[in-house]
Amino acid sequence: MNGLAGVVRRCGSVAIEGMWRLGFATRFFVLLLVHSGQSLRRVHLTIREIYFSGVLSLLIIVVSGLFVGMVLGLQGYETLQRFGSGDALGVMVALSLTRELGPVVAGLLFASRAGSAVTAEIGLMKTTEQLKAMDMMAVNPLARVAAPRFWGGVISMPILAAIFTAMGIFGGWLMGVVAIGVDHGAFWSQMQAAVDFRYDLLNGFIKSVVFGVAVSLIAVFEGYDCHPTAEGISRAITRTVVGSALAILALDFILTSFMFRGTS
Amino acid sequence: MSRTTLDLWVGIFVVIGIGALLFLALRVGNVSSVDLTDAYVVRGQFDNIGGLKVRAPVKSAGVVVGRVNAITFDTHSYRAAVEMSIAPDFEFPRDTIASILTSGLLGEQYIGLDPGGDYEVLEHGDTLELTQSAVVLEKLIGQFLFDKAGAPAGD
Repeated sequence: MNGLAGVVRRCGSVAIEGMWRLGFATRFFVLLLVHSGQSLRRVHLTIREIYFSGVLSLLIIVVSGLFVGMVLGLQGYETLQRFGSGDALGVMVALSLTRELGPVVAGLLFASRAGSAVTAEIGLMKTTEQLKAMDMMAVNPLARVAAPRFWGGVISMPILAAIFTAMGIFGGWLMGVVAIGVDHGAFWSQMQAAVDFRYDLLNGFIKSVVFGVAVSLIAVFEGYDCHPTAEGISRAITRTVVGSALAILALDFILTSFMFRGTS
Repeated sequence: MSRTTLDLWVGIFVVIGIGALLFLALRVGNVSSVDLTDAYVVRGQFDNIGGLKVRAPVKSAGVVVGRVNAITFDTHSYRAAVEMSIAPDFEFPRDTIASILTSGLLGEQYIGLDPGGDYEVLEHGDTLELTQSAVVLEKLIGQFLFDKAGAPAGD
């Protein structure tokens, strides 16, 4: 009897804790947007964060984009060739990258490369009471620390996704055309005929912006909300990576079901 | 405030990003295909649309001139009502024939427009009176077998 009551109590406390955090996160997001004006006026703060989350993620994005594209080229050709349509490789590589893989994989890499770093930085600032010290000096830590990191991530993410997609298509071309020998003209012309600017590229871009907002918000919030201990920081980083990955995949499903309803 | 090397790196990063976007827009996508921003809409009713889908191309002489907007079922005539938007640069006579065709053996289906000889041109909201349905393979085979059965023996 006692065990059952314990389970119920545990479930209740987890649910209440979750609601509490969700509400706090929402309030945090609104406050972050309210205080963004100040940080956008001091633009060098945001530029610094674009450097840390965007420029430093460039290498991993470029390399993984290339490899993902090369794998797509190989596997896609292997499958398409069975149906005698190896020439459609360009379409397959370009559509899967622009619609799904570009934004999603770039978002996952961004979360683990830049999001975790942001959480660790803000978490350590909180643990060493730098945020409180700023408050004492009448510097709002939301405007000085959180907002630039948030906007830096939001700006970096679509750029990284675009670079990832472009590198992936290059990788697919490298494998398909240079290594396997798919016709160069067919590869590009079929791709251009099938990829629509508004339907495919713009929707992919919108996805990457949404993922950028989600990942940056989670990263900044987890850092801000962490327990000010060494263990608390490590838990916050784990929650950032796991939460971002789940958020990206769930949001991707929702956005895809809105954007591509299987009509074409 | 002075310039730092950090600014240079961010500048390079943004330029690479814009370059990737331009590459995607110009090399991968087709911005220049048909601009349907102020397209005019015409309707047509078909007995059978086969596998026609929304966003399928509308072609004339093989050139894409528009896209299919919506496909609904008309309960008065029991036919498929297809709404298509055509780019404003292309004008067609009022007696244009719309037929549903297939590109290649297994390709996608599209609407082909064969211009007639009328002096008046189609305008926004007009209806195409002359339409030709999609070819349904089962019906074609059925017809062929029926014709064979009807033919005199020993033929």
